[in-house]
Amino acid sequence: MSRTRTLRVDRIACTGQGLCAELLPELIDLDEWGYPVLKDTTVPDRLRAHARRAVAACPVLALHTDDDRT
Amino acid sequence: MTTLALTGSPLWYASRAGGTLALLLLTATVVLGIASGGRARPRRIGRFELGVLHRNLSLLTLVFLVVHVVTAVLDPFVHLGWAVSVVPFGASYRPLWLGLGTAGLDLLLAVAVTSALRRRLGVRRWKAVHWLAYAAWPLALFHGVGTGTDTRLPLQLWLYAGCLGTVVAAVWWRLVKAGPGRVAGRLTAAVATTAVPVVLTAFLASGPLQPGWSQRAASTAVLLGGGR
Repeated sequence: MSRTRTLRVDRIACTGQGLCAELLPELIDLDEWGYPVLKDTTVPDRLRAHARRAVAACPVLALHTDDDRT
Repeated sequence: MTTLALTGSPLWYASRAGGTLALLLLTATVVLGIASGGRARPRRIGRFELGVLHRNLSLLTLVFLVVHVVTAVLDPFVHLGWAVSVVPFGASYRPLWLGLGTAGLDLLLAVAVTSALRRRLGVRRWKAVHWLAYAAWPLALFHGVGTGTDTRLPLQLWLYAGCLGTVVAAVWWRLVKAGPGRVAGRLTAAVATTAVPVVLTAFLASGPLQPGWSQRAASTAVLLGGGR
């Protein structure tokens, strides 16, 4: 049993500030209006700390990480 | 003035320095918070760095506030007691002017705790408490001006003026950037940023900069402190 961490954007809460893409460009792109587009929802181990910082930086708490058991 | 200031204990110096630094750091924190909220786009640093600086400087503010409060309580010149650090307006020494600082600290502690728990609280409740920081800043300023040992030094006055100017400029910048809506909030901000400098100048001219303020600071407290 391994645990993977996945990224999730709360589309209703997101206001397109774009801080997450600054901190986690490996997984997050911005669309032309500045809203995040997830390139990949699975967070690789080497990016866990970066994902945590991106989640903490969101001023409207719209970025989440979930632990999925697979 | 200089000879009088040199007679204090090391704790008193530490308290004054800690308080002044805390005010400077709080000012920087408030300005950075306004910049983040107004979606500032700095050219040389990333926008996330504004947020990280805002958080780190706020924690540093609390560190210097702890130094400020602990040294003030331990200083033998005024016997304050530990309750003063959290219960406002109960001090035996200048209850009103000291109490403003205590009230500001309480608000900042509430802001810090809710920020640490913001994921559990949700964004609405967190932000509702976070706005209290805007009340803590003028409380800290008036606490410093009203009871600060160094208030009459020109350098300290310039420092207060600098803090006031930066925050007022930041608020106005944000108001200019703000779109329509939230009329009540924008009006309140505009009125407050106009009123605080006027009230502060009038207060300085009539209070701390007049001779005999140290006695009057205590008696204002008697008047407003419920006949202590």
